[in-house]
Amino acid sequence: MAATEQDILEGLGKIINEITGIPASEVTPEKSFVDDLDIDSLSMVEIAVAAQDEFGVEIPDDQLKNLKTVKDVLTFIQN
Amino acid sequence: MSANRVRVVVTGLGATTPVGGDVTSTWTALLAGQSGVNTLTTDWIDSVPVKFAGTAAVDPAEVLPRPEARRLDRSEQFALVAAREAWKDAGTPEVAPERLGVVVSSGIGGISTTLSAYDTWKERGWNRLSPFTVPMLMPNGPAAWIGLDLGAQAGVHATVSACASGAEAIGYAMDMIRAGRADVVVAGGTEAAIHGLNIAAFAAARAMSQRNDDPQAASRPWDRDRDGFVLGEGAGIVVLESEEHARARGARVYAYCAGIGYSADAHHITQPEPEGRGQIMAMTQALTDADITGLDVKHVNAHATSTPSGDVGEVQAVAKAIGTHPLVTSTKSMTGHLLGGAGGIESVFTIKALQERIVPRTINLDNIDDGIEVDLVYGENRALPEGDIAAVNNSFGFGGHNVTVVFKGA
Repeated sequence: MAATEQDILEGLGKIINEITGIPASEVTPEKSFVDDLDIDSLSMVEIAVAAQDEFGVEIPDDQLKNLKTVKDVLTFIQN
Repeated sequence: MSANRVRVVVTGLGATTPVGGDVTSTWTALLAGQSGVNTLTTDWIDSVPVKFAGTAAVDPAEVLPRPEARRLDRSEQFALVAAREAWKDAGTPEVAPERLGVVVSSGIGGISTTLSAYDTWKERGWNRLSPFTVPMLMPNGPAAWIGLDLGAQAGVHATVSACASGAEAIGYAMDMIRAGRADVVVAGGTEAAIHGLNIAAFAAARAMSQRNDDPQAASRPWDRDRDGFVLGEGAGIVVLESEEHARARGARVYAYCAGIGYSADAHHITQPEPEGRGQIMAMTQALTDADITGLDVKHVNAHATSTPSGDVGEVQAVAKAIGTHPLVTSTKSMTGHLLGGAGGIESVFTIKALQERIVPRTINLDNIDDGIEVDLVYGENRALPEGDIAAVNNSFGFGGHNVTVVFKGA
């Protein structure tokens, strides 16, 4: 059974909390990584590495730079 | 020595060691004669002949916030924990960023990161590596992270001289202040080298104790039955400051960091020079630099690692360079040998001994080896005299590096 968006959001929240210390509850779809969550580019690489392991999807660098919001990542993983 | 030379004082101490997670708990354990050495239970233990080490009493990853800890090699974690303790202990000095420096060294750097990253790369590919792999494995990483933490801009350095690294860092820091390049410098050594490869490699050099049936008795400097050193881990950090800067802010002064001596044996890559020529030169230079004589030195925290070849030669060199009168101890009997961290923690211990006028005993010293004339402290702790006294910390490293630091009571 494919993971629901809610499952992915929870998993992503845990990863972001582990890497940045931001509470998982603040990781909501509309948030921008840079503007709202203050996550820098190297932290985004860490998050991508962890997300690849967690969800079993490859996130190429040229795609990663287009993932601006939490919603972008949820959509990418689901597709 | 020039009468108007800048004098350097110690205003802060920090340590995390196999016997305690900070200076107070570590010092209390040393005075109680407690060993921090224990049997290891790691997954690689069957592939090495040495089954024990001095693991840190407090896991630094449990002390630091998780997002910070995961970006740091363990050697960097130790350094940051000890540096924050030392900085707080110094009263969080107000100092202009361009007048604040850091000199913190390790002997081997982020070797556990290097090895685990190699596994990740081979097994799972380059894109599974943390983007922080390089700053975790680089040997200047501990100094750089402390520099970032404090905003130090006067220069951030990491001297490397194997097991003399930590002491050399303190000497370099003193030189920075004397040269007028900084008013305050955070200095010391760190090491996190308890890994199967390091133990295998040191065992291959026939340098490690293999007393697997009694690990806490394995580190026994100067004892007839010593059979090698015991690996320890942790960090020791001091805050050094120009006396003028420290007095102006009303800082508590632990001691003067009064002299430094460096030399190289130019003899053999791992064996000490048998006549102690280089060690004597380092100690003699340090006394001259501190403008004192051997008679002023009442205590020596020896390098003495519990190896058959090194321990006796060192105290014979002490007898020639300083005299037979100082109270000599090896705290490595309790902490094990922290390699590049040794000069850091042992400088902290030398300063504590001066401050509290007490020398912790060398444990496990049951039968003193032949050829030793100095006054070894064993059986019980010994008191240091009141008055104007000095103490010495020796650190020597593979490569023939010899470093002696002189501290004087405040």
